[in-house]
Parts: sequence; structure tokens; C-alpha cells
Amino acid sequence: MPKLRITDRSGKKSEIEYDSNFTLMETLRDNGYDIEASCGGCCACATCHVYIDKKWINKLENMDDDEESMLDQAFDVKNNSRLSCQIDLSDELDGLEIEIAPE
Amino acid sequence: MTEKTDVVIIGAGPVGLFAVFELGLLNIKCHLVDNLDKVGGQCAELYPEKPIYDIPSRPVVTGQQLTDELIKQINPFNPKFHLNQQVESIAKTDDGWIVQTNIGTKVEAKCIVVAAGAGSFVPRKPPIENIENFENKNVFYAIRDKSIFKNKKILIAGGGDSALDWTNELSKDSNVTLIHRRKEFRAAPDSVSKMQELETKGKIKFLKGQIKKISKIQNSKLMLEYENDDERSNIEVDYLLPFFGLKMELGPIAEWGLNLHENLIKVDTEKFETSTPSIFAIGDINWYPGKLKLILSGFHESALMAQEVFKYCFPDKKNIFRYTTSSKELQKKLGV
Ligand SMILES: Cc1cc2nc3c(=O)[nH]c(=O)nc-3n(C[C@H](O)[C@H](O)[C@H](O)COP(=O)(O)OP(=O)(O)OC[C@H]3O[C@@H](n4cnc5c(N)ncnc54)[C@H](O)[C@@H]3O)c2cc1C
Ligand code: FES
Repeated sequence: MPKLRITDRSGKKSEIEYDSNFTLMETLRDNGYDIEASCGGCCACATCHVYIDKKWINKLENMDDDEESMLDQAFDVKNNSRLSCQIDLSDELDGLEIEIAPE
Repeated sequence: MTEKTDVVIIGAGPVGLFAVFELGLLNIKCHLVDNLDKVGGQCAELYPEKPIYDIPSRPVVTGQQLTDELIKQINPFNPKFHLNQQVESIAKTDDGWIVQTNIGTKVEAKCIVVAAGAGSFVPRKPPIENIENFENKNVFYAIRDKSIFKNKKILIAGGGDSALDWTNELSKDSNVTLIHRRKEFRAAPDSVSKMQELETKGKIKFLKGQIKKISKIQNSKLMLEYENDDERSNIEVDYLLPFFGLKMELGPIAEWGLNLHENLIKVDTEKFETSTPSIFAIGDINWYPGKLKLILSGFHESALMAQEVFKYCFPDKKNIFRYTTSSKELQKKLGV
């Protein structure tokens, strides 16, 4: 199975396998990572904010307007910020590195 | 003055609204209180334009459509709304409760129905160290009295409707700077073009960036440090107005002595009554084994809750089960 590399808020790194039927947010949440995702993935809360490793950012599908607008309600937004509920994990993303953004 | 009714519903989300219908069929009158300036709860505030696909018999309906149609459905029962106010406290009387809001509205009722969702919508606060020390002095998340900003230097942060509307409004009498992380705004196109026009005319300033630090300097002014593309700069202002949308917080409900389960109110699944008799909880705010946070579940809970509330409101009457399709009496109430 493809793998995902995660840095959590304390800086701890870990690696998990993922199922490409789910979004990045669902994968993080279901594996017990601390990500609020209070709207459940509807792009309506900005509490699933992550940073994508620079090597990977261009390999993801581009952000749509909805996601870009919702990011306006997040804090510490950087060039590599994304809302993890809007990222569909495909097999091509095997090895993706991400960091969970501060609350 | 204390107003009187049968039931106070705390929260005018979809579930609170439908409760008016189920209670109304049983001749029970309601007042609703909501923190927001509009009805519809999460559906109207968080996703008015987004489609919902799991409301029975509605293959697709948006959050706002669902709200509008609920309002139409409960209209015959003439509920009274107290919007823009938060229920702060409840006090027991001999045969019911007095519910009081943060702006002093008092309503007396026989029962309370808590339909408070995930709690009150409150402003999302930027995680800037020490910002709480300046709140309600130099930092405001909502504006009650705009006269205090007259002839002052103000920094407004955010890119949505509140940020843009207040930028445009306060630019008349104050020195306004707007800061946002990008040059695009999610606010209504009209407000965006008005703001851009003001900027071109030099009536307001725009900064690209995000605020990172806040500190106080002499004369009760604020020094704000902001970052844009890794570069830090400072700006000195009298007031900071951050507008980053709303989030939900349980709020005062936690202090009413109701038994909770992880910030949700425990109820039984027959009457949806809480650990305090004559206080009920329905919708996203309640918890019982198997609870699903669905609008559908909240509607079901409303119907069962109403049966029990009837007993408090009319202890001497017998409640007879009837269908709206066939009961002349119910149809009269509905005006159909
Ligand atoms: C993006 C998104 C998509 C969703 N999609 C679906 C879906 O497809 N299907 C589905 O069934 N559900 C969906 N939901 C969930 C659904 O919106 C909720 O289940 C529903 O809104 C719950 O209704 P409610 O009336 O219990 O509470 P809410 O809608 O949360 O309303 C509660 C209201 O109470 C007010 N309040 C709270 N405390 C106080 C107080 N002390 N004083 C005054 N007012 C107070 C709040 O301001 C709020 O307006 C979705 C939710 C989100 C965020
Ligand atoms: S989970 Fe709410 S925006 Fe992603």
C-alpha cells in the first residue's frame, strides 16, 4: 500500500499506509492524528489545515476557489498550505510528506 | 419586563426550527433565541449554498433552501424570535424557568428545549500571543459602537464580508488599513470593488500579509508585526479588528448543571429529556448511545420531545395521536 509521511504539531514524524479511496483529512483523522476537521470535510471550517512538503506541492491537483477562500479563515497560512479534506489521495502520491499546521 | 410563553427553544438551527412545528401541532407556543443575526444555524451560517442529499424526499436541497422552507412550514405557529443574543443563564421558578440573555431579554416558560448544535457561533480568534490582553480595549471581534473609531487609526484583518464591509464603512471617519494574506477576497463582489475604489483614491490602505505579533506602546497604541513572504514589517494603530469567520463553542450551557458527555448533553431516547426535568435537548447538542449528528435525527427527536413537553404544559389533558393528513383540527392550525 502507498505510504504517507506525517509531521505532527509536536514535530514528531511518523509513516502510515493509506487507502486511495479516502481524502488526506479522513486518513489523518481515522489514524488518530489530532486534526479537528469540524465540518467533516465540506470545506467549511478550515480546521484541517496542513502544509505540504515543497517537493510535493506541484504534484497535487490545484486548489479550487472554495478551498482558497476557506484558507482565509485559517492562520499561519503559507505558500504550501492546503486543506487536507480537499486532497484526494491517489496511488501516485505514494511517499507524500505533510505537516499538520498549528491550531 | 419578562415575556411569557410555553417553551423557550435555545438555538434556531434546523432542529430548533422544526421543534416549533412539532410543538405547535400540540398547541404549544414557542420563543426561540439565537446568537446569530439569522435563523438556520450551521445550514445558514456555514453552508447556505452547499447541497444536502440526505433529507428524506428531498433528493437535493441547499442549506439556505432548507432553512427557508422550515420557516415557511412553522409560520402558522407564529413563533417569536430573539436573535443576536446568547442565552446566558436559566433560573428555576415554581412551575418552570426564566431564561435570560446577554442583552437582558427575559422569557418565562414551562420547559426549555436546548437545540444549540455545537454551541454558539463565536468569532475565530487569531492565535497571536497575548492578544487576549488587548481584547475589548484595542482589539474587537465584533463592532457594537462604531463611534469609538472616529478619527482613529484602525487595522482590519481578513478577506470576507465582515472585513470588507467594515473597511468600507469605517473609511468614512477613520484611517483604515486592511490586511489580508492575498489580494483576492471572498467577500461579495460589490464590497470588493468598493474597497478597491477606496484604495485607488487613497482613502484606505491595503497590506498583504498576516499578523504575527502584538504589543502595546505608549498612548495606548498597538504595535503589530506582520509577515509577507518571509519579510516582517510593523504597523502602529489604535485598534485592531480581526474578522476570520465564526466557530462554535459550547459557552454558558456548560454551567447549567446538566449531565454532559464530552461537551454534549446526555438525554434519554424516549423523551429526549436531560438530567434536569423539564429541560430537553435535541439535535447536534445531545448525546445518547448510537447518536448520529444528522438533521434527520434531530427532526425525529423533536417529535418525541414534543409528546413529553405536552404533559408539562397541559397536565390535565390527554394527548391524542393524529395525522396531519386526516385531522381537521391539525389542518385548521396549519391554516390549510
Ligand atoms: C458543511 C456541513 C455540511 C453538513 N452536511 C449535512 C448533511 O448533508 N446532512 C445532515 O443531516 N447534516 C449535515 N450537516 C450537519 C447539520 O448541519 C447539523 O446536524 C445541523 O445543523 C444540526 O442542527 P441543530 O439545529 O441541532 O444545530 P445548529 O445548526 O448547530 O444550530 C444551533 C444554533 O444554536 C445557537 N446557540 C447555541 N448556543 C446558544 C446560546 N447559549 N444562546 C443562543 N443561541 C445559541 C447557535 O448560534 C446556532 O445557530 C452538515 C454540517 C456542516 C457544517
Ligand atoms: S474539514 Fe472542514 S474545511 Fe476541511
